[in-house]
Amino acid sequence: MKKLKMLAALLVVTLVTACAGPSKSTVDEGAAGAAQGGAASAGVGDGGTGQGGGMGTDAAGSTLGGPGASQENRIIYFEFDRFDIKPEYNAILQAHARYLSSNSSARVRLEGHADERGSREYNIGLGEKRAQSVRNVLLLQGVVSDQITTVSFGEERPAVIGSDEEAWSLNRRVEIVYGQ
Amino acid sequence: MRDLIATLAVVLALTVANPARAELQIEITQGVDTALPIAVVPFGWQGTGAAPPLDAAAIVAADLARSGRFAPLDRKDMLQKPTTGADVKFDDWRRQGSEVLVIGRVLQPAADQFEIQFQVFDVLRGEQLLGYRQPATAADFRRSAHRVADLIYEKLTGVRGVFSTRIAYVTVVRSPGRSNFKSSYRLVIADADGENPRVMVESPEPIMSPAWSPDGRKIAYVSFEANRSEIYVQDLRSGSRKRVSARPGVNGAPAWSPDGQKLAVSLSRQDGNLDIYTLDINTQVLTRLTTGSAIDTEPAWSLDGSQIYFTSDGTGGPQVYRVASGGGNAQRVTFEGAYNARPRVAPDGKQLAVVHNDRGNYRIAVVDLARSTTQVLSDGRLDESPSFAPNGEMLIFATREGARGVLATVSANGRIKQRLSALEGDVREPAWSPFPPN
Repeated sequence: MKKLKMLAALLVVTLVTACAGPSKSTVDEGAAGAAQGGAASAGVGDGGTGQGGGMGTDAAGSTLGGPGASQENRIIYFEFDRFDIKPEYNAILQAHARYLSSNSSARVRLEGHADERGSREYNIGLGEKRAQSVRNVLLLQGVVSDQITTVSFGEERPAVIGSDEEAWSLNRRVEIVYGQ
Repeated sequence: MRDLIATLAVVLALTVANPARAELQIEITQGVDTALPIAVVPFGWQGTGAAPPLDAAAIVAADLARSGRFAPLDRKDMLQKPTTGADVKFDDWRRQGSEVLVIGRVLQPAADQFEIQFQVFDVLRGEQLLGYRQPATAADFRRSAHRVADLIYEKLTGVRGVFSTRIAYVTVVRSPGRSNFKSSYRLVIADADGENPRVMVESPEPIMSPAWSPDGRKIAYVSFEANRSEIYVQDLRSGSRKRVSARPGVNGAPAWSPDGQKLAVSLSRQDGNLDIYTLDINTQVLTRLTTGSAIDTEPAWSLDGSQIYFTSDGTGGPQVYRVASGGGNAQRVTFEGAYNARPRVAPDGKQLAVVHNDRGNYRIAVVDLARSTTQVLSDGRLDESPSFAPNGEMLIFATREGARGVLATVSANGRIKQRLSALEGDVREPAWSPFPPN
């Protein structure tokens, strides 16, 4: 079983390495960092260096999981009015799960967001559902529930200002924030 | 032409009444041709000092013009400016086309005690329709002038006026930039004409979902000041506030029960599943009304408190449902279109205002509960947060002007439209207050 898991992980990492970059390269550098606000920006917590747990790297050589993961490897994007996770994020989430499993004192906060369309409290619901989707994936991969908290900001804390498809797609997201 | 005159009259009256205090600028964007010509003559002054605290007649004329149902005569065009009934020459007013005439006087019985005496005449018949004395102080003079407008409006239309009501709204000012910006959120309460803005709360983190208590004395809202959602209840007069819900997960969408004892809220609690609960504000007793994996949120009480309308995406997209406030099975209420959310019950209980997806555009619509028909009232792309005026004649909602968030009002029949924009930043989430106590 363990072997199978590792094999699967390796396979996914390979796949992601092969077709990485482009889909995530539209991430506006620093945008999400700003959206995290004061307390959230504390960043690296008790987890240490992020080198443990045998995480993979993406095409650019960035760490996929843990607090050392690059900005783009700590944000999961969603389709409009959806909260299911696209397969392209499997590798990132597996890497985060592996880090959290092997660093039991590490804590992570999943911050769910929505784009500006539709009513505000419903969007709070969507953001929460998205954070819960990410949480469920992490739990399935062995992370202890005490390590995870969720919060939804709905459309209230956009990463990017704008009323076009690009801004909307960058705002429908879950940010994985360590040290919470 | 009449619309133009009305608009000019509003601009002029607002300028005269108060040059710089309003935070919101009001502009009539669509009026009606059937607006009633009315003349509101400057009120006489019988007190110490050069003038009364404010130009009451200008405030009254501006209120009536803003309703879209009256076209006040420009002061410059008045042939006479009578302040007593004996001085009125009805022929002059008839010749100018005014159908209704308002005259008045401000008296000062004591140092900080005023009385606005006014009379309303039917010009065609030469008859008095209404005569009234409205007491006032320097501090509440503006409110008293709005009350005069309310009384005139009610006499002429049969519907209680809302000029002395207030609106709550949220403003957001951001530092420049498409990303990497800082934000400042404020919960503001202002008079219905945008004057007297008061900042109730200010925070670098989001503030949302303001809701008036039925007695108009408190506001419930959601604040992220602790970096997560929490529900507060704030007393407007004292400014003191109480955190009423900070449970794990989402604490959102507070809505007051008609008796003011409970809030209906949306909570996600430990299981991360948004459901509708009622929360007794004093005892903190929670009653769960919905279960299941759907997003259940945005509750709104029926007038008698027996039902709660809410948004649920149980069938895919969000639709409005109804559940008994004591618990029971939920029933679907909206069927037209793929997106109907955030219900608000009309003051007569017969309609719901909702956010409705109209061919890709988010617009304000009213759903007739008996006939189940939907009428789209707004024409924006990203309209949201409808709130009924307490007399049911108008709705205020959030819309866009270019990239900016502004407020707009629309009459319940869709014919009269106005826009209210802030001098700075975005305005959103308007909530119209109940009627003030008599």
